[in-house]
Amino acid sequence: MRLPGAYTPKNIKVTSNPDKRRIGFLVNPVAGMGGKVALKGTDGEDTLRRALELGAEPQAEARAERALDEFRDEAKDAVFLTAGGQMGADLLEKNGLTYEVVLEVGKKTTFADTQEAVKRMLDAGAQSIVFAGGDGTARNVCEVAGDKIPVVGIPAGVKIHSGVYANRPAEAGMLVKEMLQGKVRRYREAEVMDIDEEAFRGGIVSAKLYGYMRVPDNRRFMQDRKSGSSRKDAYETDAIAAWVTENMQAGALYLIGSGSTTKAVMDRMELRSTLLGVDAVSDKKLLARDMNEQEILALMEKYPQSKRNLIITVIGGQGHIFGRGNQQLSPKVLMLIPKENITIIAAPSKMTELFGKSLISDTGDSALDKKFIGYMPVVTGFGRKIMARVA
Amino acid sequence: MDKFTSMKKFHQAKWNEPIIYELSEAGQRATLLPSACCDCIDTAEALSTLPKNMIRKGSANLPEIAQLQLVRHYNHLAQENLGVDSNIDIGQGTCTMKYNPKVNDRLAGSPKVADMHPLQPDETAQGILEVFYKTGELFKEIAGLDVFSMQPGSGSHGVLALASIVRAYWRDKGEEEKRDEIITTLFSHPADAAVPIVKGYKVTIIQPDADGYPDIEAFKAALSDRTAAIFFTNPEDTGIFNVRIKEFTKLAHEKGVVCCYDQANANGLLGITRTVEADFDMSFFNLHKTFGAPHGCGGPGSGLVAAKKEFRPYMPTPLVEYSPEKGYYLDFDMPKSCGKIKSFWGVAPVVVKSYAWIMALGAEGLKEVSRVAILNNNYAMKKILAIRGASMSFPNHPSRIEQVRYSWEQLKADTGFGTSDVQRCIPDYGTHYWSSHEPFVIPEPFTIEPSESYSKSDIDAYCAVLKDISRLCYEDPEHVKHAPYNSTVQHIDHDYFDDPGKYAITWRVYTKKYKGYFEPR
Repeated sequence: MRLPGAYTPKNIKVTSNPDKRRIGFLVNPVAGMGGKVALKGTDGEDTLRRALELGAEPQAEARAERALDEFRDEAKDAVFLTAGGQMGADLLEKNGLTYEVVLEVGKKTTFADTQEAVKRMLDAGAQSIVFAGGDGTARNVCEVAGDKIPVVGIPAGVKIHSGVYANRPAEAGMLVKEMLQGKVRRYREAEVMDIDEEAFRGGIVSAKLYGYMRVPDNRRFMQDRKSGSSRKDAYETDAIAAWVTENMQAGALYLIGSGSTTKAVMDRMELRSTLLGVDAVSDKKLLARDMNEQEILALMEKYPQSKRNLIITVIGGQGHIFGRGNQQLSPKVLMLIPKENITIIAAPSKMTELFGKSLISDTGDSALDKKFIGYMPVVTGFGRKIMARVA
Repeated sequence: MDKFTSMKKFHQAKWNEPIIYELSEAGQRATLLPSACCDCIDTAEALSTLPKNMIRKGSANLPEIAQLQLVRHYNHLAQENLGVDSNIDIGQGTCTMKYNPKVNDRLAGSPKVADMHPLQPDETAQGILEVFYKTGELFKEIAGLDVFSMQPGSGSHGVLALASIVRAYWRDKGEEEKRDEIITTLFSHPADAAVPIVKGYKVTIIQPDADGYPDIEAFKAALSDRTAAIFFTNPEDTGIFNVRIKEFTKLAHEKGVVCCYDQANANGLLGITRTVEADFDMSFFNLHKTFGAPHGCGGPGSGLVAAKKEFRPYMPTPLVEYSPEKGYYLDFDMPKSCGKIKSFWGVAPVVVKSYAWIMALGAEGLKEVSRVAILNNNYAMKKILAIRGASMSFPNHPSRIEQVRYSWEQLKADTGFGTSDVQRCIPDYGTHYWSSHEPFVIPEPFTIEPSESYSKSDIDAYCAVLKDISRLCYEDPEHVKHAPYNSTVQHIDHDYFDDPGKYAITWRVYTKKYKGYFEPR
């Protein structure tokens, strides 16, 4: 049921007691269309046209509906804030849910519609956003919403490298249901990753970390039981940071890679860091922030080989240590750092998710990758390491 | 009525029993003590011998209650309980829940044991010292090692003792600073990865390979001249016995590394294989769980540390010794000892129970314990793997010793219900199911360990319960969603246990954090 009233941001009153049941709902109707016709993604208008020519059919709506099946009953008194037509309103109407349209869209939708819709959802008091799409969609949502409110991603794209997506549409639906039931007590940060589709179609994988969004921490209560405190992840990341900083050598250079785990190391030293960039530290003092490859190389020249250290984390779910989210750490840079001076850090929960998988080094230089193949220790706690296979 | 049918008719008792402090009524007493006799020193005089800051200003806040109300309170609590004596306790894998003979409680509770004081002169404590000494002698056979200490109060405490001995050993060899790393495996008991950190060690964990064995290549990569010791549990908590264990100890010994064997899962090994055969230098056993005293969660525990004679100088002090001249005595003359692991000498009642249990069974009996435990486990495994939605971890490795870590991954994929849902359902049958699976790497895990105490019909009934729950998950999801029905606690809010701001393990803390019933202050 569509609620009356057009989008008028001026009318929105931000109250101190926000209505948890105002939920953004967004379907990227073209997500996933390239996959079945082997186009490796649907970013860009030309690709979409090509996909349609090849006979691709929209599938995002069906996937979103699969998720909706899980939470429909629970959402009877929720108000969804959505975009018109195929970007959400059609599906909500069909399923008898209540919604407000924050943005009318035409037949052809673009990333700009996604961004505008998310912006208006926030203005209209959305307390969370549920979206169906792929990595491109996640990027667009992240660019506007960041970590302001929690999100749930329904996987519907060709490329799903982003941790903000549930494994399956039904699981995304269950998460929304638990949020509606008030069962979600905690959230975790998940990566928004995307690869360059143009390059990917040319056979080159070049993924980038675009940011983090907050997703419900869906580990079952039981899993929490085994692990003790519900604040365990934060505590463990702190413990890792404490270990790493206590073991830093005087006068040595430390490059700190991107990610929230490595950021904790910087936080521990009370240094302002970049979440997505490479920062440099020596004697617990900040030397440089968000450096590019050239700046890193220039800085490293000032230190002998044995004093060059690198601290990186593992990309959750995928297991990449190089080649995802840290392109600044180019083959040239990595060649100049001794392997034993590279410290990989990761919360135990991240390693648990990767159980049975190898870590991946994908520097873009296969000779260099060989340097890392074999086993490398990953610091998972205070004085605690796990031997991980690197492939 | 068969066992399964009767289990389905179970209903848990519920008394809405308050905390004992809430039952307190001023002036009530359970026992009235006679007043002091004339030749005793008076309270004020006695207290004056204490330092001032140790003297309590007010009296202790203890509940005031009469005997009848007190007995009623504890009976209510006992009825709201579920334990090894009241259910088919095979769902608590890794804990080796078995029958602990009641007659041994009598022995341990007799005044000959209970009224002993640890500071009595050795010559007045010959009996209990003999029990300690002879229990050690029995482990010469069980473990194949030479020297023993029963000082640790639990299994994890046994790990602490081993880590302490390792440290004392390297101190003596002048390599204490250099050798600062310990290697363990992912499916060793989690204490093996945790406790050595207390002794200042860094711990490196080896993950399993596809067959469920610790990855030997990872082990080789982790070993170095900084390695002080390895701590391996075998069989691991997956129930897989590492048949390549001697390859690991050989590699370790080549680097001079001390090999420590966690034998907390020994229930399937007695009389079959020993620490010495795997070429370990020392090990610990749990006298509780495996050797006839209740599991540590149900009664005091006792870790028995065993070592090769080369390590005797570094053992915890004192050791119990015997000579024809002195009889049994405590040997404190150990200058290189790792020191004391625990105040006094050990948990004597548990040692008494274990000694009695082992002596009653004899060598053949111990072997029979393990053979039956293995048989029971493999029988249960056959039945459980036939249940829809259930599978085992590491299916490439189908043979298991005394327990199996299973998975409801298929059930979860088919029905959306996983191991936590099964756990919610199982109280309806008057039994339980363990949920702590550190490390949580097997999807939707459960671990079943049917020790030698359980009959075929016990195992049949428990497996029938699991099968019935699987059926409900597939056929009657509404029922599963709202389970349990016959238990008194429905869905537990774990935040109260996990959140330091919310949990309260004493009345004092509870009253600080809450006013009224879980109403936060």
